[in-house]
Amino acid sequence: MTTTMNIAQAQQEVVEEFALFSDWQDRYEHLIELGKDLPLIAPEHKVDDNLVRGCQSRVWLNAELKNKLVHFTADSDAMITKGIVALLVRVYNDRTPQEILGASTDFIDRIGLREHLSPNRSNGLSAMIDQMKRYALAYSAK
Amino acid sequence: MSTKTDTVAKKGYDVEEIRAQFPILKELVHGKPLVYFDNAATSQKPRRVIKAESAYYATINANVHRGVHTLSTKATEAQEAARETARAQINAKHAHEVIFTSGTTASINLAATSLGQLLLKKGDEVVISGMEHHSNIVPWQLACERHSAVLKVIPITDSGEWDLKQVPFSERTRILAISHVSNTLGTINPVKKLIAQAKKKGIVTVVDGAQAAPHLRIDVQDLGADLYAFSGHKAYGPTGTGVLYGREELLERMPPWQGGGEMIETVTLGKSTWAKLPFKFEAGTPHIAGIIGLGEAIRWMQDYDLGAMAAHERALLEYATKELLAIEGLRIIGTAKEKVGVISFVIDGVHHYDLGTLLDQQGIAVRTGHHCTQPLMDRFGVSGTTRASFACFNTIDEVDALVAGVTKGAKMLR
Ligand SMILES: Cc1ncc(COP(=O)(O)O)c(C=O)c1O
Repeated sequence: MTTTMNIAQAQQEVVEEFALFSDWQDRYEHLIELGKDLPLIAPEHKVDDNLVRGCQSRVWLNAELKNKLVHFTADSDAMITKGIVALLVRVYNDRTPQEILGASTDFIDRIGLREHLSPNRSNGLSAMIDQMKRYALAYSAK
Repeated sequence: MSTKTDTVAKKGYDVEEIRAQFPILKELVHGKPLVYFDNAATSQKPRRVIKAESAYYATINANVHRGVHTLSTKATEAQEAARETARAQINAKHAHEVIFTSGTTASINLAATSLGQLLLKKGDEVVISGMEHHSNIVPWQLACERHSAVLKVIPITDSGEWDLKQVPFSERTRILAISHVSNTLGTINPVKKLIAQAKKKGIVTVVDGAQAAPHLRIDVQDLGADLYAFSGHKAYGPTGTGVLYGREELLERMPPWQGGGEMIETVTLGKSTWAKLPFKFEAGTPHIAGIIGLGEAIRWMQDYDLGAMAAHERALLEYATKELLAIEGLRIIGTAKEKVGVISFVIDGVHHYDLGTLLDQQGIAVRTGHHCTQPLMDRFGVSGTTRASFACFNTIDEVDALVAGVTKGAKMLR
């Protein structure tokens, strides 16, 4: 279970999982599958205020603090984007704000996704991570 | 296979010879041969253009119109030769009616700022169409705001054409600003007809020819346009170059846009007087190398015959339209009879951004999104499209690769 791992371990797990794919098609099909398991954002949170700026497709991200842990839900109108959000949620979900703020983000480079993403999309990726960290920062101040 | 290529070959068009002149077509993308279908964003450049630009730097680099020395003279001659080439290409009466700019966007901003100052009073109207690129919308919005004028819009039909029954001309219309060819739909608009109507009412006409320059023979006198803008980079020329053509009599009356060196006759600290055309509108050191490259691009197109290129692109368009429509759930946005080689489409249940990513993985470059025409996307009720746009160097085999790529992508995404 991911929840028993720390962020670094969860990232390592993702890196190993993606290392299994040698061609682009498998990699993207996996990403699309991951998107289907994303904990979906509740309709009342799927609002413009929760749109992540800097993404070409639309991405909604919401965070709530539950038992001192940051709980993320999200959605996107594009499937590959949704897969990427799902990957981030899997790594950062239900962590303390401090752990999220302290985590490195280089695993994105290590899964070889950045080179397969257009600059636009990898900017969107950074925007998503920044947004998650902003939520964590807001909750850590509480 | 042979029947497909025959339709093109019949016209005696040697696409392989043309391809050999574009060095970039040998590049691999994700390990696959590049299939470049994003020509409406910017076309690729033939070797002759690349060489002309670098030859300027390597042999005659100097500032123009300023030095008595040999290099400056040569650079000036080369730049002015490009102006004459551009004049001939669009059949302007005089070379000084050709103003060099950094591109269509700069040309239209010049037009909107200067014409706005010359013509617009409170309550006056500017008419554009609902298929304009943001570059032919925003400068007019700004001009209208500055002069308390009003922007009016020609509605677009379901096939992606102007609704000529609803052109909002009124007593107060001062300016008509319209595109010759739509970058999103490919529609070739009846500009000559609308300009004739505008002229009868004394309306000044501005044409955005960014997408016409690579595909059509442009004759500004025959069209009757007062101002005509285009970019070099979409027509096999360098980035950062463009033209604003203007009728002499109008340009003489228009105030300058930017001030600086080159554009003045005399300067005192109280007041300056303007240089003659075209220099009144060319403040500062121009993109000399680019302008020389632009001239070479036009000569290159002349050598290879724009008409033959257009016929080739037309064959690609017809074939691609037929093949793409066979894909389940695919709908083409922009079905006008008169089109250049641009196909915008949407597929049920497939986001254009996902499709563009999966095509890129297969070495195929297309544009996805709103193509800087958000009002047009709203008109068709879509958030964006996938757009393939053809150039003279594209082939039927590449269209086959696109169709296979789209089919594969859609299957992965649905
Ligand atoms: C119809 C049209 N107008 C204007 C422009 C702007 O041209 P540029 O970016 O070269 O200034 C474009 C380019 O995308 C275009 O397609």
